[in-house]
Amino acid sequence: MDLSAINPVLLIASLMVAATPLLLAAIGELIVERSGVLNLGVEGMMIIGAIAGFAISVETTSPMLGLLAAMGAGAVLSLLFAFLTQFALANQVASGLALTLFGLGLSALMGQSYVGVKPPAMAKLDLPILSDIPVLGPIFFSHDPVLYFGIALTAAVWWFLKKSRAGLILRAVGESHDAAHALGYNVIRVRILAIMFGGACAGLGGAYISLIRVPQWTEGMTAGIGWIALALVVFASWKPWRVLLGAYLFGGINVLQLNLQAAGIAIPVEYLAMSPYLITILVLVIMSADKSGAPASLGRTFHASQ
Amino acid sequence: MKLTKLLTSATVALGLATTAMADDPTKVGFVYVGPVGDGGWTYEHNKGRLAVEEAFGDKVETTFVESVPEGADAVRVITQMALQGADLIFTTSFGYMDPTIEVAKKFPNVKFEHATGYKQADNVSVYSARFYEGRAIQGHIAGHMTKTNKIGYIASFPIPEVIRGINSAYIHAKKVNPDVEFSIIWAYTWFDPAKEADAAKALIEQGADVILQHTDSTAPQAAAQAAGNVVTFGQASDMGEYAPFPRVSSIIDDWAPYYVARTKAVMDGTWESVSTWDGIGAGMVGIGEISDAVPADVKASALEMVAALADGSYHAFTGPLNKQDGTPWLAEGETAADYGDNGLAGLNFYVEGITAEIPN
Repeated sequence: MDLSAINPVLLIASLMVAATPLLLAAIGELIVERSGVLNLGVEGMMIIGAIAGFAISVETTSPMLGLLAAMGAGAVLSLLFAFLTQFALANQVASGLALTLFGLGLSALMGQSYVGVKPPAMAKLDLPILSDIPVLGPIFFSHDPVLYFGIALTAAVWWFLKKSRAGLILRAVGESHDAAHALGYNVIRVRILAIMFGGACAGLGGAYISLIRVPQWTEGMTAGIGWIALALVVFASWKPWRVLLGAYLFGGINVLQLNLQAAGIAIPVEYLAMSPYLITILVLVIMSADKSGAPASLGRTFHASQ
Repeated sequence: MKLTKLLTSATVALGLATTAMADDPTKVGFVYVGPVGDGGWTYEHNKGRLAVEEAFGDKVETTFVESVPEGADAVRVITQMALQGADLIFTTSFGYMDPTIEVAKKFPNVKFEHATGYKQADNVSVYSARFYEGRAIQGHIAGHMTKTNKIGYIASFPIPEVIRGINSAYIHAKKVNPDVEFSIIWAYTWFDPAKEADAAKALIEQGADVILQHTDSTAPQAAAQAAGNVVTFGQASDMGEYAPFPRVSSIIDDWAPYYVARTKAVMDGTWESVSTWDGIGAGMVGIGEISDAVPADVKASALEMVAALADGSYHAFTGPLNKQDGTPWLAEGETAADYGDNGLAGLNFYVEGITAEIPN
């Protein structure tokens, strides 16, 4: 029982790392859902991103190329989903689940020769003066670039949805695809682009786990983070900043509970273990009391002839 | 006329099929808790399965299902295996204990083997390895190697197997380094690389410079490597890709001889429900090579302990030992019994000196 053993600076720094894959995947899925598509394949796209990013960065010894490959792989896999749901008009829930299963299986196959291999290390952003500031330096200025990219992406998505014309079209497609179609917008194209964006984000999130957070490849290593990202989007009422808050809350409490355990705090471990889920849901449920509901066309298939 | 002919040929075909079934290879099923590529626990069980295939060739047919959640899903998977005609089914995680017993009742002719549990039945054997013997070696090395006197332990679930490991490691670390302290994190998972990495990082940030793990992935090894000055041990599998440092030694589970022997018993019709609990001596627990990062004298004394545990001249739980609350457990020179009150099989308390509490 020694709270002083927990270093709050290191704690905050590591909670940001723990939250980043979740944030990336959830932000991608948020755009997909705002366009009216429910893609349950986040987990599958993440794990494909994890292995693709890992494999490419091992082969090329460049983590950056690996991250790009992960985004590409996630986007390509999501095209499969786009084809099934937008052209073949398949059920989105079933297609998404299939995508997850397919991604888990394919990644295990692709990853067979990469078990136990060590990836090249991702250089941390080291800003000569800023990183040396006590307290603020380790928290804000000494992470890997992807972490900052995640925050920037949240801001960009917020701006895109709120302020840009393209964002307005995306939201229109998500709220009423028939109206958007009648106005002359290409619903299918908008949705495919959204799905690919979601795939790229999920892929990047997966690669963040395999290249930076863990860093190694093991089968099934995303271990359900894709599903948590899906739930997070709903609880965050499809709003980018709430997704960020939720992801940091979840990551934060997860890291905090491990630290509390290590410090031997006398709270029963079971409560600590379930606290990230409980607190995240609780906070977001309270915040979503304003009833800003789901995009009206979420999960409905669209065909121009109907 | 035609119909009769059809029926006759159908009957013949059926008869043939039945005869063919009698010559069928012995079917052996394996239920895994993680993926076969986890590099740890399930990886070693799968090596055992491959050894069975190699030993009997065409005479066996093995199947496996990986990443099966413990609980209701396990019942479904085991039932499915039994329905598909498996003769022998190995269920390889503690949490499959009740599911195995449940399914075994419905299939009295199928033989079951449950790893690390304690519930036996006429057609259910139990088998486990005395991993705590390996933990004694780890504790011995850890006690010598730590500079901060703080040892981190990533535990999975509060079950006797894990608690035995913590106690054994603590006793032997304390023996060589009286100032040693244990920080224990319960991850509540056997396999979740991200969470294991986070747990390892939390322990390292709080000053632990030796990490022991009872979870199955190599993520804590990677976290220790990133930290640079933290010692780890391979769990379930050698994890040799992290040698010689941070991984300085390992516990290796070797299930192959047991799996081959039990499959043979089913083929010969000599299979009986037994309870097997083997350690270093029988080869079920192997100690991975102690790397050169360990000082030579420590390595020598560790190897002496391995030899003593193997030939039975030393027991990892030898008194005097008290329970955590200070009440006596083992008297001077007394060794822990396997079963009964305070026996190792159902061990549910820490030994004196560990400050944490066991969740229950």
